[in-house]
Amino acid sequence: METRRASFIKSIDWPIVIIYFVLIVCGWFSVAGASYDYGNTDFFSFASRSGKQMLWIFCSFGLGFVLLMLDDRIYDMFAYVLYAGMILLLIATIFLSHDIKGSRSWLSLGPVSLQPAEFAKFATALALAKFMNSFSFNMKKPQCAMIAVGLILLPMLVIIGEHETGSSLVYLAFFLMLYREGMPGAILFFGLCAVVFFIVAIRFSEVMLANTLTPIGPFAVLLMIMVFAAGMVWVYLKRIEPMRNILGIGLGITLLSFLVSNFIIPFNITWVMLVVCVAIVGYLFYLWLSDRNSNYLMIAIFSAVSIGFLYSSSYVFNSVLEPHQQIRIKVVLGMEQDLSGAGYNVNQSKIAIGSGGLTGKGFLNGTQTKLKYVPEQDTDFIFCTVGEEQGFRGSAIVLVLYMIFILRLVYLAESQYSTFGRVYGYSVASIFLFHLFINVGMVLGVTPVIGIPLPFFSYGGSSLWGFTLLLFIFLRIDAARKWRV
Amino acid sequence: MAKDFNLEKRKFVLAGIVIAIVLIYVTRLFVLQISTDDYKKNADSNAFLKKTQYPSRGIVFDRNGRLLVYNQPAYDVMVTMKEVKNLDTLDFCNTIGLTKQYFIQRMEEVKDRHKNPGYSNYTQQLFITQLSAEECGVLQEKLFKFKGFSVQPRPIREYATSSAAHILGDVGEVSQANIDDDDDSYYVRGDYIGKQGIEKYYEKDLRGTKGVEIFLRDAHGRIQGRYMNGAMDRHPEAGHNLTLSVDERLQALGEHLMLNKIGAIVAIEPRTGEILCMVSSPTYDPRMMVGRLRGKTHVRLEHDPRKPLYNRAIMGAYPPGSTFKPAQGLVFLQEGIISPATEFPCHRGFIVPGLKVGCHAHASPLSLIPAISTSCNSYFCWGLYHMIDNKKYVRSDSALTVWKNHMVSMGFGYKLGVDISGEKRGLIPNATFYDKVYGHRKWGGLRIIHIAIGQGEVLLTPLQIANLGATIANRGYYYIPHVVKKITGGHLDPKYLRPRRTTINPKWYNYIVAGMRSSALHGTCHFLGGMPFVACGKTGTAQNKGKDHGVFMGFAPMDHPQIAVVVYVENGGFGATYAVPMGALMMEQYLYGKIAPQRQELIERLSNTVISYGDEAR
Repeated sequence: METRRASFIKSIDWPIVIIYFVLIVCGWFSVAGASYDYGNTDFFSFASRSGKQMLWIFCSFGLGFVLLMLDDRIYDMFAYVLYAGMILLLIATIFLSHDIKGSRSWLSLGPVSLQPAEFAKFATALALAKFMNSFSFNMKKPQCAMIAVGLILLPMLVIIGEHETGSSLVYLAFFLMLYREGMPGAILFFGLCAVVFFIVAIRFSEVMLANTLTPIGPFAVLLMIMVFAAGMVWVYLKRIEPMRNILGIGLGITLLSFLVSNFIIPFNITWVMLVVCVAIVGYLFYLWLSDRNSNYLMIAIFSAVSIGFLYSSSYVFNSVLEPHQQIRIKVVLGMEQDLSGAGYNVNQSKIAIGSGGLTGKGFLNGTQTKLKYVPEQDTDFIFCTVGEEQGFRGSAIVLVLYMIFILRLVYLAESQYSTFGRVYGYSVASIFLFHLFINVGMVLGVTPVIGIPLPFFSYGGSSLWGFTLLLFIFLRIDAARKWRV
Repeated sequence: MAKDFNLEKRKFVLAGIVIAIVLIYVTRLFVLQISTDDYKKNADSNAFLKKTQYPSRGIVFDRNGRLLVYNQPAYDVMVTMKEVKNLDTLDFCNTIGLTKQYFIQRMEEVKDRHKNPGYSNYTQQLFITQLSAEECGVLQEKLFKFKGFSVQPRPIREYATSSAAHILGDVGEVSQANIDDDDDSYYVRGDYIGKQGIEKYYEKDLRGTKGVEIFLRDAHGRIQGRYMNGAMDRHPEAGHNLTLSVDERLQALGEHLMLNKIGAIVAIEPRTGEILCMVSSPTYDPRMMVGRLRGKTHVRLEHDPRKPLYNRAIMGAYPPGSTFKPAQGLVFLQEGIISPATEFPCHRGFIVPGLKVGCHAHASPLSLIPAISTSCNSYFCWGLYHMIDNKKYVRSDSALTVWKNHMVSMGFGYKLGVDISGEKRGLIPNATFYDKVYGHRKWGGLRIIHIAIGQGEVLLTPLQIANLGATIANRGYYYIPHVVKKITGGHLDPKYLRPRRTTINPKWYNYIVAGMRSSALHGTCHFLGGMPFVACGKTGTAQNKGKDHGVFMGFAPMDHPQIAVVVYVENGGFGATYAVPMGALMMEQYLYGKIAPQRQELIERLSNTVISYGDEAR
């Protein structure tokens, strides 16, 4: 029994636990700094946010310890039950919760308020792990893939119903895990293309190319469609001749019409390019018919969908998106300077971070955060405090710690013997990555403002416990792998 | 549960995404935090409310310790918009003497962020400037009724004298050009800066250093306390006091004598180069250039046809006339063109074929000393003719260059470097100048003969003529004339403390001094002979399109001189008429501190003399 316990302790992945601990301690200092109010704050009083956060932290440590003690097999056993329970809880929340700033995601239990959305992530991860672990599961079977995607979309839709769009977007992170589990990379590529096309088309829709009457946005997207089509022919079919045809004729005509438009008669050359692109689609279709290689069809469809996407994106942007969402996107793309409205948070957050310099102003010496210039500074914008008080040195160290943390999770996930453990591990890594990407990105003014917390840093019990739950279940599964063998 | 190794490779894609995101974000952090300090400045302007504390400007005394310029308390009325409640506008306007329209307009201006970029509802904004102590007193009594308004002291300049306006200069609000030109970025809109005179030249000594109190301001503009408990605050440092070399009573006498006349009087202490008085007439009362009066006064003075703002003592370039002859004599002696015994004939003028420079009746031939005494034109024309066409210089242009270099060494042709801005350099023509006028080598001594008697192209400022007097008094050296004697807690520019020797041997000065003494005893300045001190002098009558300008240059006493004076009266006719008695009175005033009773009447007579300039009707 003694040796068994000793080997159990050894089988816990201590690097992850240590980084978790370091990040949580740094996070507490940041919350203390962000909520500090010139001399009238007692850091350890439960009336203050730092005091409360301290309590949440100790609860998390307890939670982590309990999770390590529990048998990992219960997760496999109760995965669907937990998932179903969580979905019900999420739905119930819509009806039971009070409206907080338009959001119906908080559940009051006496003095404590909880956000079930934070706990639904681990349940979804477990359900996915269990489903994909099943013997009959095969990613290539459309029906299996559909169910997996359904498991992801269901909580997303419910959370959107709670008006917590930001939290629901986190579930997109599961697609990274699906990619590892065999989802075609092309889907990720299409997703990326969609984002890039959308941004380029919107951002440069009103910028003209040289002397021509051509908006750069659609021009660049059409050019990318040609290049991607040619590139895919090369990657998937290893055929030089059609690639050369597409590239040569497409770029040749584009260049020619650019010269004519620039020096002789200015006109909008995207119309010429559109015709060329449609011709490429036709050409690929012809190749599919003559060659009977379905890859040609896929590329043709990709190109056609891309063209359609390009011409519908401005419609989507102007008609489907809400005005406040449009402004957020425009602010991020630098098309609009709205420093008092949507851009205020991001501008103030950049000022706070930028004023930190190399070494920062020191703990409790940040002026921007102390004087409440940055809204949500102890929750979503907590990274400002790190940037202002610890400077480039401190905030870069925090980012590198996160990087090591997530890379270590990927490594551990890959080391799992069971698909269950691997799927769960990748889910955990993907969720942390998504939070880091969006949260730090919005604080730095790179990604749109989407209100999701920075793991271990943002003030709040629900998110801290949610992340602890997510992480320690994986640590327990991982420990069991080493220990049982 | 076989692993798909093809899929396992995808872990590298995922790891790559993680690394790429972190790298991009670290780069972004670098850009925000290290590559620019814009954000830091932005943060400071966000969080710090800097309250300027104004230093008191240095006080100015005359050479005898009389107070000339000091500071007077004035008050700015500040308003904090957020706190303005239930204001009785009518009562407020009546209290500080505003019209209701002006009040409304001013409130709009304060709130307009284009005109007032630092506007905040929560902080004090400047509402109206420079209320006098009395006005402020009335306001202060009622201030409790006007919520949101407060007063803030801000001293303004006050003058204890009505004279010396051109020397003292004035202070006004900085212009955009002042702000842009200032390398230290010291000034901000609304600050005061010296605009003319010593206020401008000694701005950095007088102004002191602004202090600052730093408060922390939260996102709503509310003050949250002092930054670092005031550790970073700076106290204002008062400006340095100045002691002028000017004698206020001498200055006042000079201005009094010059009433109703255009011209200048400059007196210098030869031993030190200290300017004892610098009168430019017409002048104005410096007390009119204070506070809210300044703008109106300035416009009125600018439009006055006699240009009272123009400091003729240093900006007026005049023909020196015969006061230039001592300088000529010195050059001829130094160059060996003449000896003290050399005689030239004069038959009522310098007469050569095709040219006549007239002169008045006196004995002929005559030597240098009587030539100065009688101010003989002929003598100096002969001298210049012999010098410029002298074969020892080979050519006329090289002769003129030698002549010019001697003149420049006496402080002519370039700015002397007085510590009041706006000085002009005058004109000492050189060979290039005449080449341009007459053509290369197409001129000789006769062509340019008028410069021999201080006419023609030669132009000097009254300050330069006075400096010639000082140089002769010193027998061969001068100090750059300056109006500031001492900067309390500072140092005078060392250039004012170094003597400058002329290129003339000091021994030649004795003959010039003898000539000028002779002139005072029985020559053109014989008025001086009646004074109770041993004075030397030289008159000048500068030909002019209208009536001639009257000039006097002299110094006293002859040995150990204490004062050198120049009096330049535009259209004053013969130098002896007004300029000599004025110069004599200036000397007496300085040497004795008062004017003897028998000459009081002369003062009034000179002062009441009106010279017509044809602009009186306007």
